Amino acid sequence: MIDWSWFPTNAERLVPALGAHLLLALLPVVIGLIVAIPLGWVANRSRPARAVLVPVAGLLYTIPSLVLFILLPGILGTQILDPVNVVVALSVYTVALLVRSVADALAAVPGMVVAAATAMGYRPARRFAQVELPLSLPVLIAGLRVATVTNISLVSVGALIGIGGLGYFITDGFGRGNTTSIFAGVILIVVLALVFDALLVLIGRLVTPWVGVGGKAR
Amino acid sequence: MIEFRGVTKRFPDGTVAVDALDLAVEDGKITVFVGPSGCGKTTSLRMINRMVEPTGGTILIDGSDIMAGDAAQLRRGIGYVIQQSGLFPHRSILDNVATVPLLLGWGKRKARERATELMELVGLSPEMAQRYPAQLSGGQQQRVGVARALAADPPILLMDEPFSAVDPVVRENLQDELLRLQSELGKTIVFVTHDIDEAVKLGDKVAVFRTGGLLAQYDEPGHLLARPADDFVDGFVGRDRGYRGLGFLSANGLPVGELSTVGSGATGDQVREAARDGWTLVVSDAGHPLGWVQVGQALSGPVDTDALIAGGSLYDTEADSLRGALDAALSSPSGLGVAVDASGAVVGSVRAADVLAALATARRDEAAA
Repeated sequence: MIDWSWFPTNAERLVPALGAHLLLALLPVVIGLIVAIPLGWVANRSRPARAVLVPVAGLLYTIPSLVLFILLPGILGTQILDPVNVVVALSVYTVALLVRSVADALAAVPGMVVAAATAMGYRPARRFAQVELPLSLPVLIAGLRVATVTNISLVSVGALIGIGGLGYFITDGFGRGNTTSIFAGVILIVVLALVFDALLVLIGRLVTPWVGVGGKAR
Repeated sequence: MIEFRGVTKRFPDGTVAVDALDLAVEDGKITVFVGPSGCGKTTSLRMINRMVEPTGGTILIDGSDIMAGDAAQLRRGIGYVIQQSGLFPHRSILDNVATVPLLLGWGKRKARERATELMELVGLSPEMAQRYPAQLSGGQQQRVGVARALAADPPILLMDEPFSAVDPVVRENLQDELLRLQSELGKTIVFVTHDIDEAVKLGDKVAVFRTGGLLAQYDEPGHLLARPADDFVDGFVGRDRGYRGLGFLSANGLPVGELSTVGSGATGDQVREAARDGWTLVVSDAGHPLGWVQVGQALSGPVDTDALIAGGSLYDTEADSLRGALDAALSSPSGLGVAVDASGAVVGSVRAADVLAALATARRDEAAA
């Protein structure tokens, strides 16, 4: 079934594919987050904006990834084999996921705390950076975990258009009837997803040390 | 001085929260805004630091229009204590207190030094500095809220129902603490509450609001209890206002009568000899009251200090008002109130009839004045 000797002989293909897979998955998370924060802020602030942004984001998320990979070169003017297509497509999904997360995360910040910050003399930008954003981290990180795991799995679909990181080993394995190659691709992708999910949980604990310290209160 | 001149707040839906309010808040005093919900007291408070902006009229602080400058700048110069403290859950207690100094650009070190001083001032132990708000009790959180509001030493302090979420015992402590702080700091404090007892206890002046944002009466608490402007204020001030009003009359000049006392080791004969109208008070070696003995109780041996009849409240001749004196007399089993000095040692007795006579004198003096 599984040919263990396949691994050492293919190590020099596996390692770069792993790196490419990570880059293709995580760069969109970063880009998506940067785009989603202001959009989520707007959605939280204004009811009409939310009524447009949240459903549109939901709609974007329903577009099958393969369709997006194929449509994007036409829209962006890129080559079909350009990795930019994958990055842009996954960024779109990340934004779609996170707009709602950011809006919900900000809505979860207690109004009393925001009012107190305003009354202390915070101006809106600083209040957002120092009060609202930190307090929205727990909900925001939950959204980031979903986006990250989703992206790590979606990159492999890119293999169908030739840019798939570890997904290559799956499509290639199917093509050649090589079970080991399929197995390697699947396992490594799952492991990556688990590792980065755990990493985000850890980061979340480190950046929100105040969460879960209660007990004496009231 | 904070001055409201014809201030009106009409919300977009047409509700008038505050209607042409004219009111001057005096410097260095506690002014309490009190009234039922929907009376505009909170809106009035929040207009002072522009958390709510008036739709008509002007608010002046020391003669200048608050709408003239920058809102954030104005707010940094006005301390604000919010309901349920509104502390930043993600910041340590020390950093919560240091908020406004940091906003004013003091530098971290100086801001934290100041915050440490403030924590001490409000009675929070230094080991709480690095805790998060969720690790503190409601009462402690409220203290942090007060410390945070005072951190940059603002001349004005706005307190928006700050003690409404804590239990009655803690609330009373916090109120006493506020009065103690105020006697040291002399801030101009505007305090909002729906609790008339709190208003009467804390206020140098009390503004009673009625539904619709109208000022029903603006007066010293003693006057409010003695002479409510109308039926609304009368009803709002509530029951027992005559009795509560005694709290604002000085007990100076109230005669302190004799009181028969015996030591805790007294014999039955000594008790019988000392007793007046069948009662005598047993005191400790330091002169503190222990309880009453009634002649006719079995007095075979020496006085049994465990079998004494519990006394009533004590009347502190140096600090209490007529209310304290009357309560001491009414709550004493013998009908004689026990008067004590600041150390708690018995100095004599007080009678209800004397308190009523003192009240009559105070009324006559006031009518003459």
